[in-house]
Parts: sequence; C-alpha cells; structure tokens
Amino acid sequence: MNIMTWSSLNAGVATPEIFLLCATCAILLIDVFLSDAKRHISYVLTLATLVATGCLLVAGYSLQPLLAFNGMFVADPLASLSKLGMVVGVILMLVYGRGYAVARGLFRGELFTLTLCALLGMMVMASAVNFVVLYVGLELLSLSLYALVALQRDSSRSTEAAMKYFILGALASGLLLYGMSMIYGATQSLDVFVISQKIANDEANRLLAVFGIVFIVTGLGFKLGAVPFHMWAPDVYDGAPTLISQLIGSAPKVAAFAFIMRILAQALEGFAFDWRSMLMVLAVLSLVIGNLTAIAQVNIKRMFAYSTISHMGFLLLGIMAATPGGYAAAFFYAMTYMLTAAAGFGIIMLLSREGFEADQIADFRGLNKRSPWFAAMMLIVMFSMAGIPVFVGFFAKLAIIQALVGLGLVWLAVIAVLMSVIGAFYYLRIVKVMYFEDPTDAAPIAAGTDAKLVLSVNCLLLLVLGMMPDRLLTALTTALQFSLHTGL
Amino acid sequence: MIEVIFYVFAAVLLFAGLRVITAKNPVHAALYLVLSFFNGAALWMLMQAEFLAVSLIVVYVGAVMVLFLFVVMMLDINFEELRKGFWKYVPVAGVVAVVMAVEMVLILTHRAAQIEGAQLVNHPAGYNNAKVLGQLIYTEYFLPFQLAAVLLLVGMIAAIALTLRKRKNTKYINPADQIQVKRNDRVKIVSMPAEERPSVEAPKADDGQA
Repeated sequence: MNIMTWSSLNAGVATPEIFLLCATCAILLIDVFLSDAKRHISYVLTLATLVATGCLLVAGYSLQPLLAFNGMFVADPLASLSKLGMVVGVILMLVYGRGYAVARGLFRGELFTLTLCALLGMMVMASAVNFVVLYVGLELLSLSLYALVALQRDSSRSTEAAMKYFILGALASGLLLYGMSMIYGATQSLDVFVISQKIANDEANRLLAVFGIVFIVTGLGFKLGAVPFHMWAPDVYDGAPTLISQLIGSAPKVAAFAFIMRILAQALEGFAFDWRSMLMVLAVLSLVIGNLTAIAQVNIKRMFAYSTISHMGFLLLGIMAATPGGYAAAFFYAMTYMLTAAAGFGIIMLLSREGFEADQIADFRGLNKRSPWFAAMMLIVMFSMAGIPVFVGFFAKLAIIQALVGLGLVWLAVIAVLMSVIGAFYYLRIVKVMYFEDPTDAAPIAAGTDAKLVLSVNCLLLLVLGMMPDRLLTALTTALQFSLHTGL
Repeated sequence: MIEVIFYVFAAVLLFAGLRVITAKNPVHAALYLVLSFFNGAALWMLMQAEFLAVSLIVVYVGAVMVLFLFVVMMLDINFEELRKGFWKYVPVAGVVAVVMAVEMVLILTHRAAQIEGAQLVNHPAGYNNAKVLGQLIYTEYFLPFQLAAVLLLVGMIAAIALTLRKRKNTKYINPADQIQVKRNDRVKIVSMPAEERPSVEAPKADDGQA
C-alpha cells in the first residue's frame, strides 16, 4: 500500500480547485447574512472568484503534466485550457443571466453556490486520472445541475424537466459505473495510466474490457445528449430557466470533451478500434436526427437543444478519428461551440423581460427594426452555428472534416457536410425572420450595459477567431500533444 | 457450503429487488428494499467485509429506510394511480430486459472471456477490515473522499434551496423593533367633543326580553 507523503500529495498543483472550493464555502456563509436588497454583493463576489480562479489557472499553466493526490489528479495543458474555457463559460452565463434571474426571483445565494459547485465538478472531470475521481466529478456537476434546473420551484415545467434530467442522469451514471467496474475487472486498476499500460502490454482481458466500453460509451452518450440517448435534452433545455439552459449547453460540453479524452483516448487507447465504431454510429445518428428534428421546432430553446445534439455529433466525429488532428479539431469545436452557445442563449435572455420569455422563433420577428445591434449579434451567432465562412463555426467544422478525409473516411465527411447544409436552413430562417419580417412586439429591450458589452466582445470573438483560427488551433494541438503523449 | 449460502442469499436478493418495483403497496416496496439490503450485507459478510456489511445495515436500514418509510406513510398519495402506465409498458420492458440479460450472460460466459471463478478471500485472524479501509480512505483515496464530502454539501444546499419556504402565518417578532417602539406608534389620542349622557330607556328594553 502506498504511504502518503507531502510529495505524493502535492496539493499545490490543484490550487485553482482548492481556492474555488474555499471561496464557494465563504460565499455560502456570507450570503446567509445578506438581505435580498444586497444580493448583488454575492454576485460580485462570485464573479471575483471566477476571475481569480481563471488567473490561478493561467499562473499555474505548465506544458509538462504534474501529478497530485497520489496520482489521482493531473494538471496538464488539456486540463488547464479546458478549465479556462469552463470558467469563461460560467462568467458569461452569470453576466448575461443577471437581469433574467432578478426578474424571475432566481437571484438567490443558491444560484451562485450551486453554479460554483458545478464548475468545481467540471474542473475535477477535466483533471481526474482515476476512474473514482472522474465519477465523483461527474456526479458533482450533475447533482448541481439537477438542483439548478429545479430552482424555479413554482414552475411545474421546470420541476418536470428536473425530474426527467435526474432520472435519466441517474440511469446514465449507473451505466457508466457498471462499465467502469468491468474495466476494473479486466485490468485490475482504476488508474488511467496503469490501465493504458496494461492494455499496451496485452495484460487486459479484451472481451471483458470491450463489454465495459459498451456501457461506458452508452453512459457518455446519455451525458452528452447524443442520439439515441438524447430524449432528455429538448425537454430539459425548454423547461429549465434559460440561464440554466445556457449553463447546461455551454461549459459542460468542454468538460465532457476532456472527460471523454481521459477515458477513451488516454485509458482505453488500446481499444480504439472497438470504441471508434460505437462513436461513429452515435455521431451519424446525432447529425441526422438532430438536424432534421430541429427544422420542425417553433420554440428557439428546443431548436437550440436539437442543434446541440447535432453539434455533439460533430464533436464525436472528431474524437472518433482518434488521431492527434481529430482530437485537436474536436477540442477546438468544443471550445468555440461553448462561446457560440453562450452568446445564443445570452441573446434569448437579454430579449426576455419580466413576465415575458423570448423563447419562440416568432419573438424574433423584425428584431432588426427594434434593435439593429441585437439583430447583428444574433446574425453572427446563427452564421457561426451554421458554419458559414469567416465565422468560427466554419473552421471548427472544416478542421473535423479535414481529419476525417485524412483518414480516408470520405463518406462520413459527405454526411457531415450534407447535414450541415440541412442545418443551415433553420439557422438562416431565424435570420430571415429578424431582417425580413415586421415586428409584432414593440416593447423596448431593457438589457444592462455590462451584458451588452460582454455580448459584443463575445460575438466579436466569434468573428476574430473565424478570421484567425490558427493561433487557437495551434495552442490546442500543442496542449493535446503534451497531455496525451508525454510518458509520466 | 459457502456456495450454497451465496446462492440462497443472491436468489432472495434478486427476488426482493424485483418486488421493490412490482409491489403495489409502497410500504411493502420499502420493506422489500430493506430485505434486499440485508441480503447484500450478508453477501459482503461472506467476503469477510464485515465493516461494509454492518455499515450498510446501520446507515441504509437503520436511518435512510426508516425515514423513507415515515415519508411514505405520511404522504397521502395513491401510488397505484401514479403508476397507471407502469403495467402497460411491463411486457415491452420485460422483453428488452430479458434480451439484454441473455446477451450479457452469453458474452460473459463465453470461452474467450476467460473469466476465472471468483476466489473468496480468506483473511488471517485479527485482520481488521475497518482499519484497512480507513487507511486507504484517509491516505490514497484522500481526493475522492474530500470530493464526496463536497457532494454531500451540494445535496444539502439543493435540499434547502428546493424546499425551504417562508411561512406566511409565522408569529416571529423582531426584538429590535420591539425595543425601538415609541409611545406615539401605539397610542393615538383623539380629541372628541363632550357628549350628552345617553338616555336610560335603552337598557330597559333588554330587561324585558331576558
């Protein structure tokens, strides 16, 4: 048995997580003593915590992977960069959602503490290199999200969405755990590096491991919302307060990417042949069903849910390639999709007001005449999601398709392109509704200056990254190279 | 002998688990869950994991299930009404479950699986299960242990956020407000013109009725 020493604990590596946890507990306590009128103090503290966590992540960035907590936690570039992405995603959600939360009585201390706990879970998911820790991180994220979805407790739709999310999430966790136990049976280890070593040395029970992989991929499919495990996604996105839909739709996708990389690309790399075919089925089904069903939606939140499903199909295609190029393309896709989805949900929230939810496509009618600026921002988001050149979505899709063609999987690339073209229809329909129809709603748009400013920067980033994608792509490629292929 | 005991407990465990979801009375379902916990604990006992077995009974049977039974008995819900659709889907779900179970058995018992029969551990006398577990949790598994604690904190925050409501008819008073009360807040002096004495005939009518 390992004896723990200070050097094997090496807790300094996890400074951002430790700081985040301490700050969360402090905010939890401070918030109790604040009256409702002073709730903005917790809000500012939460934002300060997030910014400080981001700074700690940047300060502790190292290309060489550093192990901590007896080899259960790793700080490598993959973890650090995806954590930075998650922190940005959560900051965006809080900034866009402030007015929305105040108008709906959601501006409470629990919103902040549960969001920070969800972020902690995501950060653990990205850094864990032991199946037990990976699972606990995932549960920390999921449990916080279930509660956040139900936070609007007098709304029966939110409660229904939370129940559906909870039950299917519990089922997915069970499947994932069963799969992990099979991998443990096949390799006698829970450590990601030991498992990959044993598989490389041919010491693992192949049939048992592949049996476990089936359950792991199913569990991951549920959590990502990939077809045929996607049934919860539209109901949850639609039923949850938009603020929480944004949280579910943006940052956790980056965490899920890192999570999949740890399990499939790092631990089970030796069985890539087996999980690639499973991911391929999930990806193709997600692309086809996600895009085709999105066309029929009249509710923009449901439309975003189906569009997320199709984007997850793209993400899975990149991972499925199982090459450094494919992984880097998928990482780029996850990061930029997080930014795009955050802006999309942000606009829905900023157009909403007390007692009115701008969640129907009809609510966007003639937006250009009401506010040309908002219409332009939505235009950028829609073009980016549709993958129209110059915007970042195009390069994200291009990188994935390049990886596929490089492997000779031209038919998969053709399906991906065809489905993107079909998908462009429902994105462009929103643009048409905004620019070529007359407004039916004349109420002024009351959005805060801070949110408007951040939204402008966010959308500008979609444009700038689209024009100069190389630097981010190179950074992510290098990060993955150092994370996946440095022997520890 | 141990094999026979294992199969008996395992069979009862499976039966109890099945009854948990098929029992019509929710109290019966909860009691079947207690039975399945007891059998699970017995299986752990066979593996000489006595600490886990005892804590399963103490925590789940002693605390969680008793609370659960209380809740079930307090709530006046017609559970049969809630699960009207349940029996309609049982045939389809049953077929899917049986197919999956058969597939899993076929794979795991296949020759290529090479799964050796389970070896029951045999610890020397004086082996302390709780001590080994404690040493692992507080040293090697320090990180997941701490994170599990955070998980419980999240559960607590979530439970409070979702259920705590301010009561409308509360009789709570703020002592600070009580102390700061001035005479003018409570007593109002109204100046009224002097009035004549009412006539004495009115009470007389009352007397007649009594």
